Amino acid sequence: MARLHFEDSAYQNRDTETVLDTLLRHQVSVPYSCRNGVCLTCMLRCSEGPVPAAAQKDIRETLRIQGCFLSCLCHPIADMTIGLPDDSLVFGRATVTAVDKLADTICRVRLLPAMPLYYHAGQFVNLHRSDGLVRSYSLASLPRADSDLELHVKRLPGGAMSNWIFESLVPGAALDIDGPHGGCYYLAEESDRPLLLIGNGTGLAPLFGIARDALASDHLEPIHLYHGTRYSDGLYLDRELRAMATAHDNFTYVPCLSGDEVPAGCRRSRAERAAFADHSALADWRVYLCGSPAMVNKTKKLAFLAGAALADICSDPFEMTDKRAVPRD
Amino acid sequence: MVQTLFERIGGDAAVDGAVDLFYRKVLVDDRISHFFETTDMDEQRAKQKAFLTWAFGGPKEYSGKDMREAHKDLVAKGLDDSHFDAVAGHLQDTLKELGVGEDIIGEVMSVAGSTRDDVLNR
Repeated sequence: MARLHFEDSAYQNRDTETVLDTLLRHQVSVPYSCRNGVCLTCMLRCSEGPVPAAAQKDIRETLRIQGCFLSCLCHPIADMTIGLPDDSLVFGRATVTAVDKLADTICRVRLLPAMPLYYHAGQFVNLHRSDGLVRSYSLASLPRADSDLELHVKRLPGGAMSNWIFESLVPGAALDIDGPHGGCYYLAEESDRPLLLIGNGTGLAPLFGIARDALASDHLEPIHLYHGTRYSDGLYLDRELRAMATAHDNFTYVPCLSGDEVPAGCRRSRAERAAFADHSALADWRVYLCGSPAMVNKTKKLAFLAGAALADICSDPFEMTDKRAVPRD
Repeated sequence: MVQTLFERIGGDAAVDGAVDLFYRKVLVDDRISHFFETTDMDEQRAKQKAFLTWAFGGPKEYSGKDMREAHKDLVAKGLDDSHFDAVAGHLQDTLKELGVGEDIIGEVMSVAGSTRDDVLNR
């Protein structure tokens, strides 16, 4: 059984526990959120002892070689000396350059990072408010075309970060960010595969970035983007996406509405249903899914049964519940 | 040197192809699909790949204890011989579809069959 040395104490790791479980059982205050290896909030750094590979799977190379790992995925194999990662290692500063309301409950935040961020459109960053509140947002911007990072924020009832962004965030404000994270992005070497992009609500953000990336990379095969929402107000990039479809023969945009009022040019359907009605044989396709975990899981299964290999289905389920992280300070 | 079954089948890449085909059959079979409703698909696929790699004599060890532990909750939910037979049938069909020879299919099925009592926790 492994012992965990954290700050000035040692904690006994039980057989089935992760590092995070052990620390929380001992009431050690460390930041965490999804507990599922997705949000990366619980990242710690190991200075002594072996780090299991599974706990570093989705961590950037630069952080991995520093010993950073995800405590929620880490089942220790031997004693470890661990600590919070140095903020300067992980965080960057960014300045808000614009906050634009795109719909009643959706706004676009633009950020200029102090240090250039090397990322792919479709990855995500974590925003840190000064009191320690952390939330993940996908990147809709395209590094080669946009100097700023672009995030789409949905205002959620009771959402601590989203309400604060809507009410208080103004251009000029500074935020800490960490990232980029995530493996949901366009692969330039796959320019000869058809792409199917399905997203609900602000799940459009990464898909918008991925579609622009593909088009800017001269993607050869068709790219189909299905965006689903309830009311037409939620089709917040309708104009931009229609213009993209006009400009590129191989790009189609299908706005889908699940509510009762469906204007001309929109489908009355859920996005995933419309997508599979149109495309039922997905062998060799790459599929990108973005929305609530329930939607993503259901759609992933349908895409797999329609012939897509599981490894070719990229998904980015967003967590919406307020699993507030313990403040860092 | 004598090739293992795993090598004769085509190694890791062949197993990847077989897993997707096999998993699709399992998911659309109403007799057994409910056992998989809440599972994480990527995790499940990794487990199935590990199992098939082992069944093909590849570099993967499985113990009866692993099998028992992995299926304990499903047995509590009613997993029985009929479900085991359904899954085994899909494995056999998958191998046939991939053009695997009868003799090899026989070998794989006997390895798979040997897990029955452990899977069903008997």
